[in-house]
Amino acid sequence: MTAVATQPEEQSVASGRLTGRERLAALAQRRGSIVVLALVVLIASFSFDSFFTVGNAQNVAIQSSFLAIVALGMTFVIISGGIDLSVGSVYALGGVLAAYGIQWGSLVGLLLPLVVCGAIGLLNGMLVAYGRLAPFIVTLATLLGARGLLLAITDEGSTTRLMARDDWLTRLGQGTFLGLGLPVWITLVLFAIGVLVLQRTRFGHATLAIGGSREAATLMGLPAARNTMIVYLTSGLLAGLAGALAAAYSASGVTIVGEGLELDAIAAVVIGGTLLTGGAGTVGGTLAGVLLLRVIQNVINQIGTLSSYYQSVVSGAFLAVVVAVQAYLSRAYLRGGRR
Amino acid sequence: MKERSPSGLTSAEAARGRSGRREDGESATERSERSTLLRDNGVYAAIVVLLVYNFGFTENFATLANLNTQLVQVAPVLIVALGMALVIGTEGVDLSVGSVMAIAAAILPLYLGYGLVPAIGLALVAGLLCGAVNGTLVAVVGIQPIVATLALLVGGRGLALVLADGQLKDIRNQELLDLGAGKALGIPYVVLIAAVLAVLVFLLVRYTTFGRQLVAVGGNRSASALAGLPVRRVLMTTYLLSGVLAAIAGVVATARLTASDPSAIGNLFELSAITAVVVGGTPLSGGRVRILGTVAGALLMQLITATLIKHNLPDSTAQIVQAAIIVLAVYLQRSRSGGGS
Repeated sequence: MTAVATQPEEQSVASGRLTGRERLAALAQRRGSIVVLALVVLIASFSFDSFFTVGNAQNVAIQSSFLAIVALGMTFVIISGGIDLSVGSVYALGGVLAAYGIQWGSLVGLLLPLVVCGAIGLLNGMLVAYGRLAPFIVTLATLLGARGLLLAITDEGSTTRLMARDDWLTRLGQGTFLGLGLPVWITLVLFAIGVLVLQRTRFGHATLAIGGSREAATLMGLPAARNTMIVYLTSGLLAGLAGALAAAYSASGVTIVGEGLELDAIAAVVIGGTLLTGGAGTVGGTLAGVLLLRVIQNVINQIGTLSSYYQSVVSGAFLAVVVAVQAYLSRAYLRGGRR
Repeated sequence: MKERSPSGLTSAEAARGRSGRREDGESATERSERSTLLRDNGVYAAIVVLLVYNFGFTENFATLANLNTQLVQVAPVLIVALGMALVIGTEGVDLSVGSVMAIAAAILPLYLGYGLVPAIGLALVAGLLCGAVNGTLVAVVGIQPIVATLALLVGGRGLALVLADGQLKDIRNQELLDLGAGKALGIPYVVLIAAVLAVLVFLLVRYTTFGRQLVAVGGNRSASALAGLPVRRVLMTTYLLSGVLAAIAGVVATARLTASDPSAIGNLFELSAITAVVVGGTPLSGGRVRILGTVAGALLMQLITATLIKHNLPDSTAQIVQAAIIVLAVYLQRSRSGGGS
């Protein structure tokens, strides 16, 4: 399953047993989100004059970037067979810590969220990997804990710290390069690294193997526990970084952001074709999933007459449809006698 | 297990008997039996300790008014947690409960003009429909519960806001207000509703065929299917129950707030409910439902929050303490579920 989902061509040559229907199923699983994204963009471009403009594209890109960074970490967590519900809180905490730390200099403003959020990710990872606790409940607890920490350093959420406009950390969030915001470039670089790590490194292959079957991976001698821990550590780090960048972008450590962000991130990952059961997934699909969510949001805003509440209705319905199709496809897959 | 099968009861009893004559060398089995005891009864012990502490050292705690306030506050969480316990018993989880509450709350003011009963009836029907959506995705389509119900969590809140036009609406219907604030024999209606529902669900799990089937399906789905149990119907019924209980909680919360606030009602209730269930000793790995434990879990979390607030500790501390308690509760359950996801 693992190998099939990542390298179907090679597999099909090796086994020579993939029927056309199965190949289609595998392709739809992996590339479906990109096709749907292209369709939505195409239809929106014809329907709304203001959609296919440079300004709007820049807008969608910057809005997608923060979620994308969080979803990148989530992709690895889900591929490893886990889930990280704490990212929304950690994201908010990262932003607040950046605005809090900047009083001691820009470097502290950048490092403080990374260190603290990394520590929360490490705690998640240790409890999941070595404590063998259910990821779902561990990260639920850190969701609460991180939110508590956030309240503690903002006088129970009543203080919003501002970041100086001329600080380089703030410019990291607000600056642009070749017309795109710096966070967008950072996101692209991180995703490029993510693709390489998942497809070309021992760590990436081990993560896929662990998600496929942890027992088998352990029996094969893979360092399953250490690998799992690093996955959660990365997720915490990326959520903290995304929060810090978002704070820099808005030049303030807003305390009320990030609620429900974990759900958006999970939705983006799943829509992107990563199996929630772990063991299969792509980093590129996640990027398409994030863009799809944000483009839908953008389209609903463009329609204007539609209340913005429809956005979550559409996202929810979309998620349900995608997972239903996924379930159907993977069953068509299993009927083909492979597992 | 105490509520489910006789074998669990005897093992707990055996552990209790043996701990009386513990020898100097502590074997691994004895240690695990001790942790079983702690896991099964720790929540009750914690409640007793906190109650004793509060009765002794907290001012204005041991008053009827305060106890009533605490019980009224915990009632909606408790009602949701009852459904959640059933779902978790099937090795699932229902993340949509908070949004279902919001949908029920949003429907109420739309139909209160036709009277209280039709309005509440429609709210409950909406809860059933939500449960049917979850149940279909999980039982028929075969999607993992966590992501199936996630879809409704995301979409349901939006739907509630669309229904209510994003507005907070004051409730002026006197009957509904009475439901939220009234009392019978000195006990608030809200608490009575929660108590009756808890008893009903307890009886359902313990004495009905459905209850036994639910635990069997949660314990081993494929074995249950091979044994000829109606797995799909059991799963569907479970999610329907969770949906309708969440809708009831939404109605209760609205009546108590005297307003329908679709953006706030039920927010993060899925987390509180899961916490109550897990702290109450129901393992996330399914196959076991402890309703009394769930009630105790909800009460314990409320007691902890109340204790911290009464001692002027901030919200942030309360959340961090809750987080630690969740981890501790799951850690204690670890030996049974065998770890892992």
